[in-house]
Amino acid sequence: MLSALFNSATSLETIDERLLKCGISRRAFLVFCTSLMVAAPYGLAITDKKTPEDVAAGLGKVIRPAVIWLHFQDCTGCTESLLQTSHPGFADLILNVISLEYHETLMAGSGLQARQALEEAVQKYSGKYILVVEGSIPTKDQGIYMKLGGRPALDVLAEIGGKAAAIVAIGSCASWGGIPSADPDPTGAVGVADLLPDKSIVNIPGCPPNPYTMLGVLLQYAANGTLPEADEQRRPKFAFDRDIHEQCPKRAHFDAGNFVKQYGDQGHREGWCLYEMGCKGPDTHAGCSTRHFNEIPDVWPIGIGAPCIGCTEKSIAFKVPMFQVVQLHTIATPPTSYAPITKTLGTISPLATGLVGIAVGTLATAGYVASRKFSKVEDDESAPGNRPPDSGSGDSPKSGPGASV
Amino acid sequence: MSVALSRRQAFKVMIGLGSTAASAVLPRTALASTEEHPAHPVAPPEAVAMLYDNTLCTGCKACMPACNEANGLPTDTTLSGGIWDMPMGLNAKTKNIIELYQDPKSDEFAFVKKQCMHCLDPACVTGCPFGSLVKRDLGAVTWNSSLCIGCRYCEVACPFEVPQFQWENWNPKIVKCEFCYDQRLKENLEPACTAACPTGAVIFGKRTDLLAKAKDRITVAPEKYFEQRVYGEHEVGGTQVLYLSSVSFQKIGLPKLGTVSLGHYATKVTSVIYKWLFGPMVMAGVLGFFIRRNWNRHESERLEHEKRTGFPDQL
Repeated sequence: MLSALFNSATSLETIDERLLKCGISRRAFLVFCTSLMVAAPYGLAITDKKTPEDVAAGLGKVIRPAVIWLHFQDCTGCTESLLQTSHPGFADLILNVISLEYHETLMAGSGLQARQALEEAVQKYSGKYILVVEGSIPTKDQGIYMKLGGRPALDVLAEIGGKAAAIVAIGSCASWGGIPSADPDPTGAVGVADLLPDKSIVNIPGCPPNPYTMLGVLLQYAANGTLPEADEQRRPKFAFDRDIHEQCPKRAHFDAGNFVKQYGDQGHREGWCLYEMGCKGPDTHAGCSTRHFNEIPDVWPIGIGAPCIGCTEKSIAFKVPMFQVVQLHTIATPPTSYAPITKTLGTISPLATGLVGIAVGTLATAGYVASRKFSKVEDDESAPGNRPPDSGSGDSPKSGPGASV
Repeated sequence: MSVALSRRQAFKVMIGLGSTAASAVLPRTALASTEEHPAHPVAPPEAVAMLYDNTLCTGCKACMPACNEANGLPTDTTLSGGIWDMPMGLNAKTKNIIELYQDPKSDEFAFVKKQCMHCLDPACVTGCPFGSLVKRDLGAVTWNSSLCIGCRYCEVACPFEVPQFQWENWNPKIVKCEFCYDQRLKENLEPACTAACPTGAVIFGKRTDLLAKAKDRITVAPEKYFEQRVYGEHEVGGTQVLYLSSVSFQKIGLPKLGTVSLGHYATKVTSVIYKWLFGPMVMAGVLGFFIRRNWNRHESERLEHEKRTGFPDQL
């Protein structure tokens, strides 16, 4: 991938060249790099440096990757979330760091003009561009539920995705279907990885995802030509390896047993744990609890008093009812309560042994005596084979076997 | 050609076959001698152990989820309404638990970690009729499901009440701490609980080393420890889990036990009863006497009845 990018240097310029051309000062660029170091997710190689100068030196040589952004069945929420980034600003990002070739929400042109731009970009950067997909793709009825320039989304993705160097599926919809795939799923919505399983795809689920995750993935790809290490659901590990519940600022309330019972109650006002309101934090892996949105502390669902809906998990968001309480797995008892000492029962006391012995002996004796009594009953007519002694050999019963002979 | 069997003959054949089968699988431990189970067993040099010191335990319970995870145990959320793992003692879902002793009058308190004691001569192993519980090479007492008949003798035999029975399972198993033998010890890893303990309140090592370490701790600060002794050094012949406590061992639920191993105690009885099959033969003799007496009585009654009525007995 790296060599492919460098070979195309004739058509793609580095960030340094671009900044020089636009007359952006070195100071402004260093400020940008500093903000990047602060905001970028932990563990990203390109920003994991000691000084902004180091980052600038590395970043300056990066060839601005061409990015084509396609919208399918989406709400444009992911784009909106990306627009809110301020460190670095979105304008900086799309104008200086990446070369955004096509984006339906942000581009000035429309209609034929826009289609031409798309076709040109695909042709020009064929095999080198990054495709960002936002929204799910309908598959039912030959995909007629979503069309782009008269063509079903299925065909568009097959063509443009096939020529992309890498695909970034942003949002839960593009990752695995998201809201459009929720029951009853009228359009048969699926994610990008379901249609192009062999391409190198990064899923950035979330509704919306944290924009810095997107930024981190794009920067690493541009700098090293590699995609970040991903888990089995193709989510980059640097952003999705932690459990919300383990890092939650409200975890102390969970451990202490302080739960919101109803929206607006005293506990809710005090910022208690939302577990009983159906918070999916214990089952959800994402960086939300440590990296909040819009660079404003506590701006994330749980921070503003709404339970986590598990939007980064395929099996939870839009599948499990929003207020259904999730099962916890290996969470220890909270330190506020302990099991009391269980005493072993110890030895059996002689008194108990004696009492049981007496009871058993009484029963056994009673049984013996009863059986003796029973056997002494002699004149029981109903007992089989029992006859009075005087009616002996003379007259035998008619039914007796071999009696007549 | 089919052999005509009377009802009585059929019973005889069945009893004969049954006793043959029973004698073929005569319990192994019934033949064990007191030489195999000395009163004060000596730990083999490779025997491993755990040392739990409740003056170091902070009650963080890190060992409990670690144990659940290593052993694939479900959480016991019955009492917590499905939220926390909240067992009230060792049970079928809990192999390891931290319990709290609190004196209602003073502010005296102490934690205690409960799990299998891995006795040097375990009563459960001696009590198990089919060898389902085994003392393994490093000293871990493990349970084998394929041999277990579910008699629960181990539960009765254990003085620490460690083995637990899965009452809720249609195919119940015995649940007890197995020193993480299959999960971790085999791979040269220490048990999950000692690995998880952040304060070193429970540590893993050779039994001899840990015993020396425990005595060192007592020597350094004798006022910290109850009775200046290690629980488990001599109890029931010695255990492979050792305890140091700031309060009385009985207060934290460790029973007061003698120093004779329970295996020795049991075999002292069984070895006499079963010596030269003496016990079974006496039993058979007594039964035989009663059977013969009753048989003769019945026979004379039958003959008398036949003489009186002219009919043979119908039974």
